[in-house]
Amino acid sequence: MNAPPFAWVFVGPALLVIGVFFLLPVAAALGLSLTDFDIYALADLDNLRFVGLDNYLRMLQTPLFWQALGNTLYFVVVGVPLSIAVSLGAALLLHSRLARFRSFFRTALFAPVVTSLVAVAVVWRYLFHTRYGMVNHVLDQLGVQPIDWLGDPHWAMPTIILFAAWKNFGYNMVIFLANLQAIPEELYEAARIDGASWFRQLLHVTLPMLGPTLLLVGILTTAGYFQLFAEPYVMTQGGPLHSTVSMLYFMYEEGFKWWNFGVASAVALLLFGLIFAVTWLLLRLSGRGA
Amino acid sequence: MMLRWLLGALLVLLSGCVPSPSDRQTIRFWVMGREGEVVARLLPEFERRNPDIRVRVQQLPWTAAHEKLLTAYAGDSLPDLCQLGNTWVPEFAALRALAELKPEVAASRVIAAEDYFPGIWSTNVIDGRLYGIPWYVDTRLLFYRRDLVRDAGFDAPPRSWEEWERVMAAVKENAGPAGYAILLPLNEFEPLLALALQQDEPLLRDDATRGAFASPGFRRALDFYARMFRNDWAPTMAGAQISNVWAEFERGLFAFYISGPWNIEEFKRRLRPEHQRDWMTAPLPGPKGPGASTAGGASLVVFRSARHPQAAWRLIEYLSEPAVQVQFHQLTGNLPPRRTAWRDRRLADNEYAWAFREQLERVRPAPKVPEWERIVGEMQMTAEQVVRGRVGIDQATQALDRRVDAMLEKRRWLLARGKSQ
Repeated sequence: MNAPPFAWVFVGPALLVIGVFFLLPVAAALGLSLTDFDIYALADLDNLRFVGLDNYLRMLQTPLFWQALGNTLYFVVVGVPLSIAVSLGAALLLHSRLARFRSFFRTALFAPVVTSLVAVAVVWRYLFHTRYGMVNHVLDQLGVQPIDWLGDPHWAMPTIILFAAWKNFGYNMVIFLANLQAIPEELYEAARIDGASWFRQLLHVTLPMLGPTLLLVGILTTAGYFQLFAEPYVMTQGGPLHSTVSMLYFMYEEGFKWWNFGVASAVALLLFGLIFAVTWLLLRLSGRGA
Repeated sequence: MMLRWLLGALLVLLSGCVPSPSDRQTIRFWVMGREGEVVARLLPEFERRNPDIRVRVQQLPWTAAHEKLLTAYAGDSLPDLCQLGNTWVPEFAALRALAELKPEVAASRVIAAEDYFPGIWSTNVIDGRLYGIPWYVDTRLLFYRRDLVRDAGFDAPPRSWEEWERVMAAVKENAGPAGYAILLPLNEFEPLLALALQQDEPLLRDDATRGAFASPGFRRALDFYARMFRNDWAPTMAGAQISNVWAEFERGLFAFYISGPWNIEEFKRRLRPEHQRDWMTAPLPGPKGPGASTAGGASLVVFRSARHPQAAWRLIEYLSEPAVQVQFHQLTGNLPPRRTAWRDRRLADNEYAWAFREQLERVRPAPKVPEWERIVGEMQMTAEQVVRGRVGIDQATQALDRRVDAMLEKRRWLLARGKSQ
């Protein structure tokens, strides 16, 4: 750190903002997570107890916490690959020489990303309605028994995953598309001369060239998907039988519904640690692969 | 020139700070949901009678109200008075945010405790202290299809659980596999809570510091509740899955529905005219004859931080006048908490409302602890698990007690500390 003193003048404002709006709240959350701050403490700070790691320990004994963790991992493990696969598929289709009306489809496929989540969630609730929904209507035509998409504990999370994948794939698609356009045409030409099929071109030219982008998209999507909240909040309120309670939803309920800020802070910090660890792991794994 | 302009601006600013008639008080009144829209129509008369008081109403949506109130408490910006769901009273009493109203009631010529339904009044009394005046009441009872019950061979609604079971069995037999006898949405805790409040045992024990859900009383209520699903009298559904309760009721998907007073107007409005003679309300059946039900509703409270507590109290008195309550009922369909108001023609002649009048004499408050809302959520979650056959009643209620005990740990600590001091 041999920066000349006046350098601080330049970084000062940024540091101040980060300090006030990021470091300070994180430190406060850390402190809060070691107390049992609740409405009794809000009434009178004498009722605040320092509980050490009790919030964490008690959380580990709460079945709902484990269920929330399980639900979140389920969402991430299924949702992230699905979402990336759909994004990549859509990008390849759009990039294909055979594609017509490219700009129209690009806009149409990107549209879900920019529409309001609450509005489309309402539409999806209609689509997936047990009795009157279009999805069950189509299934009925195929002779499949109606499925209670959002009301059955087994189906609610898959429905949420489908919804999230549909809502988000356009964003990654655009990133992939930009990168696909940057791959030199000569590589494909060489591959074709060597007699490589379409699939082998994909495997040996496209995917390796997309490597760094895949990593970036993977990390961004994973970090985003760990923070699942709005979808269950709007569509299922965590139900049925807590099958769509995510970590963040659990934290929201503890904090803003039940006013247990100690526990809520502990959940937030655990989630932070989890996302950090997974991101680090992804980086390590990709580093070894290269 | 510039100076004159500046002076002028300063004068304008200053005049904004000076109250026009110096003795006028402005009270801030927070109201929720539909009540917030119509209460403004009751206020001109109040302001006419009290020229020195102006009321500023702010509407809050129910979904955001709790959060907003707590944040306002933390930020020291609560209004003078507020409409408060009566299950929230214990919480705000624990926060010591509410003013005690006993002296005001003692001195009041308008508000007399004896005129109120006792179950409703007592939701506002925490540890012997009065914190709110009931504004309107909400209890749950039976909405039923007369024709379906008649076709099943009964000409009166059931009064006891035993009769109820017989009616439901007969209705189900008539309806076949695609129909049901009763709708109990699994995401609503009120029906089960009402059945549980009908029992002799309390739901919390030891000064409301531990759960008592494993008691025979609650187990009996849960067993009855779960049996309605096991016998296929009730569909295993959450409320969101029935998109239009009124249409399904009209179609005859079910004959009984446990709901509250707002649905009187909804059924009148949404059912077709030819079906209007087919439905009625009835008090909730109990284990042995007519039973208790929930004591819900909203109260009017004055905050301790109020700047004009006396003016706020005058507004509460005005809104509690029987005539104003009847007017309020006309505007919202909300039921008044005072017996005098019920003598008015407009309520006494409402044939759908009389069952509520009878039920209101038998409402019981839920345990009055700040943690109750969370406890009752756990209760319903347990019931859903039992209904879906995930776990047996004994095991489920014991696990529920353990979770409730953990939630009330702080309360035990506070009480123990209070005693030792």
